[in-house]
Amino acid sequence: MSSFSADISHRELTLTDRVRGINWGLILLISMISTVGFAMLYSAANGSWQPWASKQVARFAVAFIPMLAAALIDIRHWFRVSYWLYGVALLLVVAVDLRGVVGMGAQRWIDLGVIQLQPSELMKIALVLALARYFHCLPAETNPRFIDLLAPAGLIIVPVGLVLKQPDLGTAMMLLACGAIVFFLAGVRLWVFGAAALTACAAAPLIWSRLRDYQRARLTTFLSPDADPLGAGYHIMQSKIALGSGGLFGKGFMLGTQTHLAFLPERQTDFIFTMIAEEFGLVGGLALLGLYALVIIYGFTIALRSRNQFGRILGLGLATNFFLYVFINTAMVIGLIPVVGVPLPLISYGGTAMVTVMLGFGLLMNVSIHRDVRISRLGESQVV
Amino acid sequence: MPRDTQQQKSLTRRALILAGGEVALGAALVGRLYQLQVLEKDRYRVLADENRINLRLLVPPRGRIFDRFGVEMADNKQNYRVVVVPEQTADIDATLNAIGSLITLTDSDRRRVLRDARRQHAFIPVEVRTNLNWEEMARIEVAIPELPGVAIEQGLLRFYPFGPTAAHFLGYVAKVSEKELTGDPLLELPDFRIGKAGIEKSQDLKLRGTAGTSQVEVNAYGRVVREIARNEGKPGQDVVLAIDAALQDFVTKRCGNEQSVSCVLLDALSGDILALVSSPSFDPMLFSAGLTPAMWQELSTDPRNPLANKAIGGLYPPGSTFKPIVALAGLESGAITPDTPITCPGYLELGDATFHCWQHGGHGTLRLHDAIKKSCDVFFYETARRAGIDRIAAMARRFGFGEALGLDISGERAGLIPDREWKLATTGVPWQQGETLNTGIGQGSVLATPLQIATMAARLVTGRQVVPHLVRAGTLPPGGDRRLPNFAPMGLTQHAVAQVLDGMNAVCNEQGGTAYAARITDAAFAMGGKSGTSQVRRISQWERDHGLLKEDQIPWKDREHALFVAFAPVGAPRYVCCTVVEHGGVEGGGGSAVAAPIVRDVLLEAQKRDPARRVPHPESVAQAVPPAAPPLPASDRGRRG
Repeated sequence: MSSFSADISHRELTLTDRVRGINWGLILLISMISTVGFAMLYSAANGSWQPWASKQVARFAVAFIPMLAAALIDIRHWFRVSYWLYGVALLLVVAVDLRGVVGMGAQRWIDLGVIQLQPSELMKIALVLALARYFHCLPAETNPRFIDLLAPAGLIIVPVGLVLKQPDLGTAMMLLACGAIVFFLAGVRLWVFGAAALTACAAAPLIWSRLRDYQRARLTTFLSPDADPLGAGYHIMQSKIALGSGGLFGKGFMLGTQTHLAFLPERQTDFIFTMIAEEFGLVGGLALLGLYALVIIYGFTIALRSRNQFGRILGLGLATNFFLYVFINTAMVIGLIPVVGVPLPLISYGGTAMVTVMLGFGLLMNVSIHRDVRISRLGESQVV
Repeated sequence: MPRDTQQQKSLTRRALILAGGEVALGAALVGRLYQLQVLEKDRYRVLADENRINLRLLVPPRGRIFDRFGVEMADNKQNYRVVVVPEQTADIDATLNAIGSLITLTDSDRRRVLRDARRQHAFIPVEVRTNLNWEEMARIEVAIPELPGVAIEQGLLRFYPFGPTAAHFLGYVAKVSEKELTGDPLLELPDFRIGKAGIEKSQDLKLRGTAGTSQVEVNAYGRVVREIARNEGKPGQDVVLAIDAALQDFVTKRCGNEQSVSCVLLDALSGDILALVSSPSFDPMLFSAGLTPAMWQELSTDPRNPLANKAIGGLYPPGSTFKPIVALAGLESGAITPDTPITCPGYLELGDATFHCWQHGGHGTLRLHDAIKKSCDVFFYETARRAGIDRIAAMARRFGFGEALGLDISGERAGLIPDREWKLATTGVPWQQGETLNTGIGQGSVLATPLQIATMAARLVTGRQVVPHLVRAGTLPPGGDRRLPNFAPMGLTQHAVAQVLDGMNAVCNEQGGTAYAARITDAAFAMGGKSGTSQVRRISQWERDHGLLKEDQIPWKDREHALFVAFAPVGAPRYVCCTVVEHGGVEGGGGSAVAAPIVRDVLLEAQKRDPARRVPHPESVAQAVPPAAPPLPASDRGRRG
């Protein structure tokens, strides 16, 4: 291993090397999952490419460009600009708070004329990048000291607070979870998590008092979904009915009665997994989850094979972020956790999520391509 | 590179812990999916079906009503209406305003919609307006996308081709009232109309039919996506009436619209009611489509009472038309014989009271035949006195007076045959003989409906307890009914009945008979009958002393009623007709002057059409105009029955 490393230690990776390093297996998996998404959007529109499926295909194709670009740019550039990117993402989140276009009852979108951007999605990647850089630069010999955790905690808390204010509970939870997991991976001692959890419990009443009515309704709905089947519990009841009636093998492609009869709200976005499970049953649902699991395993493998801390944390962070997407969305539609607005990655209809998820895969491939690159604490490159 | 290795080891360890956590969460997902999709599959499948399949009731087409020859008297017509589903509108007031800006909506429409919306289940559509024309429909249709919960529905509207002509016995249909709700969801449908009167009411269950169902797949908004199964239900059964629509039309026209007239035409053998007219009438479509308060006001306050079916519900003192009953009571009891001579000096004194004959100078001595022919009051005072009230009352009851005949529509009234018990029970005073005398000429407390008087004549000519009816078992077969209903015999002495009928023949067909002027001149169609005049107010002694007031000087409401009952042909009576003209007394003319010509024309037309035996072409509705009544001979003037 070391002799092999020494062998290439004297030269930078050429573009050809990088292209050759692209993980085609990962791209195949992504394409398979996205294809499932196209099919379901086609079905959701009652057998029509309009209005969703054709657009989604176009977005997927377009999103390949930032993905490949992200994969091929030298990892040290990413390392260097990670704080800047974080800053830009934070500014965008603030901008949404200031003059966001109200969509779906929450200020989440910023209209850039050509596309509508959801900065909180970008923030997920920017946060992982910034935290990866921060922990890369900490002394490696010991576990991080408490005092060193204040700055990254700030990196997490500020966007979480801003996103909560939009209000977007789901994204805020994801940012928080993602940050906490990066902390955990970086070797932060366990008592810190314990203390944070206690603080959170203590602060819970305060947070509850500041939640919007619909957010409270969703939480109470989660606790007893049958209490008000036509009100807030409607989504989850209908989702469970659709899912449960799908059975083992489902009702068949485009034959899902519940989703097609509009009993299921948001069937093309947040609740698309319900539709898959209704039309293809438990078998179909598990097959899709299996594909997602393969992607996540792929991500873990890439991360653990990286020889720099930045790449490892970035890779694990991105894989975890992806896992959180899948888990939160799926758990939500099957009534395991409250309804929060988190899309099913690569499948739910939506532009920003598609672009950010693909961007994440680009970075993941970047980590894979640059697994042998050494990065100094200051970001200067140093090939092993 | 120990530094890196140690850091890497720590991270790998923690990454594996993280992976373990993620696997655990993933397992939770799988477990939950297994629970929902395998373990609880059946429960959710049931829920899913309930979710999307909605059972809707279909209003069955209401049965039609035909006359005896199959002429349609009530039918259903296509009708478009705009409805609103309260559940699907955010603000029903705003929706009504929006509809009101497109088509005319009255305030009462609005009130009704709001009331119905409160009363019914929120998912049941409420009718906003019915009978939309094409233009109104188009306006609503265009605006429907902006009006959630509003829809155009197609329905059936009850249609009566004969309109007012047959309104009284056909009745009408209207929206179900709160009292009529039985819990049957069919009754709650906005399209459903329930029979409110007449045949429509009495035959409602038969006409109503069985509700069909439509299993429709709906989406979450309740919009029908497609129909899965449809059961049309059973249309209501048709009802065939004994009525001859053509004769009904003829009689209605003959009665005219000016006076308050009722007329009953019976087939005496079968009891079939061939025509049942109460004039003036009303348009039954008004009730089906919705009646304005102004129209209701006009109809309900008209002194001629257009809404009431006077032919079965109007109560009149039968006057001299009651005399055959008194005669039979006398003959059957032996109180008189056909040859018993009674002298009429123009009055009869009983104690302190004097009972006048309508003929001031009296009739002299006469026997039964002439007494009926000339309608001598004194003869019947005396006969009544001899027979006694008990026998008269019993005889009257045998002929159908004093109780409802059990007609197959509601609205029939019992009338009143006074007797000792009744008098004591209602007034606490014993029966006075003077009352027997008054009863003897069909005055006093006696009350009867035109239908009862006609039934009396039918029982008289057939000798059987004929019961009139409107509904037949089926349309008349060619050549007439082979089997007539087997009514029980009256058990009267043939001879006595023949004597009475002979007298009634003389009324019309002998010189000096009270209705000689109104006789049917064609011997083959000749009728026999009895006229009657019933007092509406007491004539005071002062008026008697100072000469009778001329009838045309008395206000219309105080004038006497003119009655006439007859049968034809005299040789073999088949048709029986009774006509009552309310306050018809003109210039002293009683039943013979006003009512008899109507009866004559009706019986003549009935015999020409002969609806009891023949099957005229259904289209051949009689177009006959009432023939001008021949001028009365001067000698007949001033006659009162």
